[in-house]
Amino acid sequence: MPPHLKHFLPKAFWIAGLALVFLLLYAPILSAVLFSFSADRFPSLDMSGFSTQWYAQVLTDRAMLEALGNSLTVAAITALIATALGFAAAYADYRFRFFGQKAVLALALLPPTVPLVILGLAMLAFFSRIGIAGTLMAVVAAHVVIAAPFAMAICRLRLAQLDETLETAAQNLGAQPHSALARIVLPHTLPAILAAFLITFAVSFDEYVIAWFTGGLNETIPVAVLTTLQGQVDPTIHVIGTMSFSVTLTLVLIALAVVLSQSGGAMSKEET
Amino acid sequence: MTNAHLKMDGLAKSYGSFIAVEEFSLDIAQGEFIAIMGPSGCGKTTTLRMLAGLETADRGQITLAGNRIDQLPVWERETPMVWQSLALFPFMTVRENVEFGLKMRGISGPERKRRVDDWLERLGISTYAERNVARLSGGQRQRVALARSLVLKPKVLLLDEPLSALDAHMAIKMQGELKTLQRELGITFVYVTHSHSEAFSLADRVVIMDGGRVEQIGSPQDIFLRPRSKFVAQFVGGISLLEGKVRGKEDGNRFLETRDGKVRLANCTGLSQGETVDLAIRADRISVTVNPGWGENEIACTLISEEFAGAVVNLHLETTSGHSLVAQVQQRELDQLDASTGARVYASWHPDDGFVLEEARQTRGAPKVRAA
Repeated sequence: MPPHLKHFLPKAFWIAGLALVFLLLYAPILSAVLFSFSADRFPSLDMSGFSTQWYAQVLTDRAMLEALGNSLTVAAITALIATALGFAAAYADYRFRFFGQKAVLALALLPPTVPLVILGLAMLAFFSRIGIAGTLMAVVAAHVVIAAPFAMAICRLRLAQLDETLETAAQNLGAQPHSALARIVLPHTLPAILAAFLITFAVSFDEYVIAWFTGGLNETIPVAVLTTLQGQVDPTIHVIGTMSFSVTLTLVLIALAVVLSQSGGAMSKEET
Repeated sequence: MTNAHLKMDGLAKSYGSFIAVEEFSLDIAQGEFIAIMGPSGCGKTTTLRMLAGLETADRGQITLAGNRIDQLPVWERETPMVWQSLALFPFMTVRENVEFGLKMRGISGPERKRRVDDWLERLGISTYAERNVARLSGGQRQRVALARSLVLKPKVLLLDEPLSALDAHMAIKMQGELKTLQRELGITFVYVTHSHSEAFSLADRVVIMDGGRVEQIGSPQDIFLRPRSKFVAQFVGGISLLEGKVRGKEDGNRFLETRDGKVRLANCTGLSQGETVDLAIRADRISVTVNPGWGENEIACTLISEEFAGAVVNLHLETTSGHSLVAQVQQRELDQLDASTGARVYASWHPDDGFVLEEARQTRGAPKVRAA
C-alpha cells in the first residue's frame, strides 16, 4: 500500500475490495458448479431440488467421452513435449553464454503473445500443406508451440536458484557432462519440471481456438462444449464446466504447491 | 627442476582484449605447498581454473606426473578442487557428497564405503555422515569439501580461497589442520588466496601475481624479507620505499641521493653511477628518535599518526619532501620517545637493512621485453 494512502482508507476497505474482485472473478464459475447439481432443465435460482442426473448423462454420452479422451491424450503428449523443450531451452539459457542469447530468449517466449486466432489460422494453413490438418497430432504440435514457453519460464526460475559452480564441481570430481546434468541439475529442477508438466497440461486441456482450427473432426472437450452450446442450452454444459474447472484447478494447485514447498528449502542456492 | 611433478609452462589466457594471465610458468615438486596470491583480478583464480580445465589456456602446457593434461576435459583431469563457495551438493547427505567422485569413477560399493568411512573418520565428520549438508556448521562443511576431494587420492589438490567463507577464528583453526593434513598426505597443494597470513603461514613457496603477471616466486621468507618489485613490497606491506640516484665510488662507499638527503647503501654490487633505484627498508628496522645523530642513515620526518597493532605500534612518518615512511616500534620504545603527532622526529636505520629493489632497476635500465 502506498504510504500516503495508509491512513486515508481503513484496512477493512482494502479487504472488502479484494473480496469483491474475487467474487466477480469466480461467481460465474461457482454458478456453473451450483447448476450442475440442479434437478431442473434450465438454470434458475429457485431450484426444485438436488440431482446428479446431468453427471450421469455426461458420463454415458459417447461423444463427450470421446472428446474427453482426445483432450487427455493431447494434453498429456503436449505436456511431455512442451516440458522437455521448455527445460532444454531454459537450461541452454542458464548454462551457456552465446551471441544473440537475449534475442533467442525473446523469440522462445513470444508464441503466447500472438493472437490465438492468427496462430490457429496460420497453423491450419501450414498443417494442411504438410497433410496433417484435422489430426490430433496437429493439435498437439500447435499446443506445444503455445505451452513450451510456460514450461521454459517455470524451469528458468528454478535454475536461477542453482549455484552455477555445482555442475562444474561435479565435473571436477569426474562426472561427465551428462551425469553432472542428471545428478545435479535435474534433481534440483525436478519440482519445476513437474510444475511445468502440470501447467502445460492445463494450458492444452483448456485451449479452444487452436484446437477448433486444427483438430477437424477430432474434438477436444472445449470444442465439444462449444459445439453443443451452439445447438441448445444443455444442463450437461454445467457438468462439463465443473469437471474441466476442477481438473485445471487441481493441476494448477498441485503445481503451485510443488513450486512453493521447494523454494527456500534445502535445495535452494547455498548461502555461503 | 627437470623432474617437476606439476609443470606449468607459459600459460596464457585472454578474454577479448582483457589479459587475465599474461604468462605463467612454474615447476612444482611432489608434495610442495604452493600459494598463489595477489589482489582481485590479478589472474590467480584464472591460473587455478586453467589447471582444473575450467578455462582453456590460449597458450602453454600443463604436465602432471609426466603426463600432459592441458588437452584433457575437466572430468578426466583428476585435479579436484576445493571451491570458494565450497559447492557442496545441497540436496545430498555428507556421505553422498563425499562418495560422489568415487561413484563417477566407477569404484564399487564396499571399496567406496571403506574409503568414504575412512575419510569421514579422519576429518572427524563421521557423526554427520547421514546428515544433509545444509544442516552443518561452516567448519563441518569445510571438512566435507576437503573429504570429497581427498577421497579420490589426487596427485594434486586445488584450493580456491577455501577459508574465505569461515569466520576468523575458524579460519585460523582450519589453516593449521590444512597444513598438517598436507604434510601427512604428501599431496601437492595449489592454494589461491588474497590473504597474506594464509599464504605465508601455509606455503612452501608463494607466487605473487599482479595484472596477469607473476611478480615474484619464492619462499615466504624470501618474499617477506626481499621483495623484488615495488608492487610486492607494497602488497606485502610494512616496507618503506625511497627513490634516489646512486652516487659515489664503486668500491663500497656508495650512497643514494634522495630528495630528503643522502643515505648510505650496503650490498650494492651491480649498481651503476647515476642509476635511479628504489631503496626498501622494513618497518621493524627503522628506529625513530626525537634528536638527530643516533644513526648512520637519518632522515628528518614529521610524525603523522600512530597505529596500535598489539605488542607493536606502527608510526606513520612523512619526510620533508612529502614521502611516507612506516616504522614499527615496541610499545615501551614509544613511551620513551615522548613525541606527539605533528612532532619533528628522525628515522634512521643500519645500511645493511636497506636493499635495492631489482625490478625497478630492470624497468628503468631498459624497457623490459616479455617473452611472447
